[in-house]
Amino acid sequence: MLRYIVRRLVQLLGVVIILSMLLFFWLRSLPGGPVNAMLGERATPEQVARFEQVLGLDQPLHIQYVRYMGRILQGEFGTSTAVLPGADAMDIFLARFPATIELTSTAVIIALLVAIPLGYFAARRHGSWLDNLSIVGSLIGIAVPVFFTAFLLKYWFAIELGWLPVSGRQDNLGCTRITKFFILDGLLTREWDCSVSALKHLILPSIALATIPFAVIFRITRASVLDVLDEDYVRTARAKGLTARIIRGRHVLRNAMLPVLTIIGLQVGSLLAGAILTESVFNFPGIGEALVTSFRGRDWGVLQILVLMAAVVFVLVNLLVDILYAVVDPRVRTR
Amino acid sequence: MSNSDENPKKSLFSRYGDRRKARIDELAAMSAPRTAPAPVPVGAGGPAEDLTVHESGTIEEKPGVSLWQSAWHRLRRNPVFLLGLTITVVFILVAIFAPWIAPKDPLQGYLIDKVRPQSNPIPGPEPGFPLGADHLGRDLMSRLIAGSRQTLIVGVLATLGGFAGGLLLGTLAGAFGGWVDSLVMRAVDVMLSIPSLVLALSIGALAARPSQWTLIIAIAVVQVPIFARLLRGSMLAQRSSDHVLAAQALGIRRSAIVTRHMLPNAMGPVIVQATLALAVSIIDAASLSFIGLGNPDQRIPEWGAMLGQSQRFIYDNPHLAYYPAICIIIVALGFTLMGESLREALDPKTRR
Amino acid sequence: MTTTAYAARADTRSDAPLLSVRDLQVTFQRRGEEPFHAVDGVSFDVRPGQTVGLVGESGCGKSVTSLAIMGLLPRRGNRISGTVDFDGTDLLSLSDGQMRDRRGKDIAMVFQDPLSSLNPVVPVGIQVTEVLERHRGMNRKAAMPMAADLLKRVGIPDPDRRIKDYPHQMSGGMRQRALIAIALACAPRLLIADEPTTALDVTIQAQILALLKELVEDTGTALIMITHDLGVVAGLCDEVNVLYGGKIVERGPRHPIFRTPRHPYTNGLLGSIPRLDAAGERLTPIPGSVADNLPWDHACAFAPRCSQPIAVCTQTTPELETTGDRALRCHNPVEDPR
Repeated sequence: MLRYIVRRLVQLLGVVIILSMLLFFWLRSLPGGPVNAMLGERATPEQVARFEQVLGLDQPLHIQYVRYMGRILQGEFGTSTAVLPGADAMDIFLARFPATIELTSTAVIIALLVAIPLGYFAARRHGSWLDNLSIVGSLIGIAVPVFFTAFLLKYWFAIELGWLPVSGRQDNLGCTRITKFFILDGLLTREWDCSVSALKHLILPSIALATIPFAVIFRITRASVLDVLDEDYVRTARAKGLTARIIRGRHVLRNAMLPVLTIIGLQVGSLLAGAILTESVFNFPGIGEALVTSFRGRDWGVLQILVLMAAVVFVLVNLLVDILYAVVDPRVRTR
Repeated sequence: MSNSDENPKKSLFSRYGDRRKARIDELAAMSAPRTAPAPVPVGAGGPAEDLTVHESGTIEEKPGVSLWQSAWHRLRRNPVFLLGLTITVVFILVAIFAPWIAPKDPLQGYLIDKVRPQSNPIPGPEPGFPLGADHLGRDLMSRLIAGSRQTLIVGVLATLGGFAGGLLLGTLAGAFGGWVDSLVMRAVDVMLSIPSLVLALSIGALAARPSQWTLIIAIAVVQVPIFARLLRGSMLAQRSSDHVLAAQALGIRRSAIVTRHMLPNAMGPVIVQATLALAVSIIDAASLSFIGLGNPDQRIPEWGAMLGQSQRFIYDNPHLAYYPAICIIIVALGFTLMGESLREALDPKTRR
Repeated sequence: MTTTAYAARADTRSDAPLLSVRDLQVTFQRRGEEPFHAVDGVSFDVRPGQTVGLVGESGCGKSVTSLAIMGLLPRRGNRISGTVDFDGTDLLSLSDGQMRDRRGKDIAMVFQDPLSSLNPVVPVGIQVTEVLERHRGMNRKAAMPMAADLLKRVGIPDPDRRIKDYPHQMSGGMRQRALIAIALACAPRLLIADEPTTALDVTIQAQILALLKELVEDTGTALIMITHDLGVVAGLCDEVNVLYGGKIVERGPRHPIFRTPRHPYTNGLLGSIPRLDAAGERLTPIPGSVADNLPWDHACAFAPRCSQPIAVCTQTTPELETTGDRALRCHNPVEDPR
């Protein structure tokens, strides 16, 4: 097990190294070149000259790359020019990352809670109206762009009905910040109204975002339960006279969840993509919204760290999923 | 998925179905010379569709029914596929003939006189303008029709680009294996690890001035690793298959084996993926236009961009957003339905 | 505590049947297709402690019969009729819940493929204890030593360690032993073994058969042995039912059946077994396969493959006729068995 994790970590390192190379060349090919990228377009010629010297642009490429890596490892991605002018790009990432985690994890939880039971019952009643209806629902879920779902929810429940806030992450209540996870902070400091406010702001965006993983998880659960129901060990379990509850939990779902676990890992990419759109619609101050702002404002330093971190998060979550898989499936563990 | 390597388990039921089908065949084949009752009539539906009844009363399977032919046999009666096909065909026809279908010039601001930035920014429907106009007084209906063409161009070109890139990488990796394979697939893994929209944004950032081509290239690049993986997978499966081994044993050149024996057989899943990718491309294009990485020329109608521009007016005129969104959804749904039923029809596991 | 599970019940043997199957019919009906009679009027008895064989090629209806007795056939698309009387109760008339209470407790089953029949992600020990928890109301802690004991009883070495193993960590023979332990956990009065040795290596097959024989003798459990292998029947069964095309074609006690098979099918089955003591004698396989069957309605289903068909065989259905302890369904029985 330990050897497995170490091997996966080594693979992760390889991905990050290739990624950093790509990022290095990406940065050099940006319009205006790396100086512009680091300093922003409004830098004075003196600043540019000094920076070019500091960067060692006269040096050979591989030395430039080594220096670039050195800066990345120290978390120096430059200063923001558009998202929060003057702020350090790394700080912006650190401040906004918890918001996106709050949003995406809530969305995944919602999707799991709805998709798994629905997928299970659709498979059990294979070919019934419930089955067909949920299939159509999941197909529509795929075809509707997430920003339109977000827009509809915002228009109906926030603008027309006024039940929930239109934008942002929390009302201005002067809340204490500890972890920067607003709901958690409110619970820790017993500022209940802070938690409630953060939760209210989270409901609509996370429901909108949940439609992405929902469609996929539903379809995988349904297909996988259909497969497992045909397995011999389910027949054995029934031959033992076990209760429906134990057959469902221990024998059907525990096996059917394995592919679902894998798919959740692979969904992280589209979740982050969805978060970009959802956060834009709701002006939710996470990394997705920062990404759009930095792109529009050519804030390359911020864009750089966000692209790098998005990939790292994707790989890390998949590593986590693989480890979890090994915990659930003994066959992987001993391989 | 760990249990994919096990034999696909069949239900008790289908096992009997198969056996029964074989029984019908053999029974029928031998029944003619004997004094046996007439062969069991074959009902509609199910595997029996591949059977033909001859005048002599014997039943036999059509020889050499190809994967595509038998898939088409099943698709022809599949309402889901037909719905998807109808939507797709109508969309393509509208896109091609858009300039002739559109009642008005989509670029001209006919109702600009009625636009009052403060009191009435969006002129409502009136005779000749069934859906009203946009904030520049242009006919909404005509812009929606004309927008289909942009959407089709972006979707098709992006998918073709992604397919071409994936074909190159996947064929390289799958056909040669070894270090070429490792190198290509590591690069593909890295590309896959960047969220699609982030990757598209990064590509878009490279363009000094955004244009429609930035959008197309960005979406194409996102599709490359998906196609590459898929093609490599099918090619690997092909490489160890009997007919390729036989071709190798006959001393046929490697390039000929790849192009004549491996690629054609790897095409099934690729075509399915391309259909689904078209839906994804259209949605991605809309998403990128929505964010602002679209054609900066706002005169040319495009559904995603129209949706993005409608944001300013949604409080009072949500219909500006609804119409383009519904167009996107229907078209994406059409391609998805078609792709999904195609996938099902070509999947040997579901060919019962 | 440990021996209660196998309390010898040899003394309960009597002539009153424990299981009495009468006119069992199972019909698979798929939409748009001709109904298929998988089991077509099967009747037989199993007395307490008796071992009864159901023999035939794959597709003859023997497995479907056992699944119907267990109430394990999918309800959708099937029609089941007849009676399955177990100790005075018609199992077919029981509700799902009532049947669940009996499965694994009164009637247990051992399946063909031990790898796919065990849940791959649950330790074997728990797959044993869950039966005890379900039918004996034990908690897991109390059930564990008993499970280890059961594993030991079926010949799994080092059961205290093996109990934590997952199925993939065991050998094929050990998995089948574990499945037998699960089936015997609640000391059922009837055990159905559906081709329990088919998926195993030859040497292991013999071990498993010996184990089954020993356990049945020790515990007094009645056994229905479902197999296509007459060698298995010869070593184990008191009575043999030969099935063809969903009907019983011949029945009788083990020795008479082997000595004087009357049905050409039984005779053919015996003729296709290689024998060491008959060197030089040619094997005589039965031509064709189950797929060549005729419908039973107006003929003998076996006629197309029969070695000695006569005209009536393709015109009327033969009835099952009983003489003494034997029964036969044939228009033209074998007079001179091989």
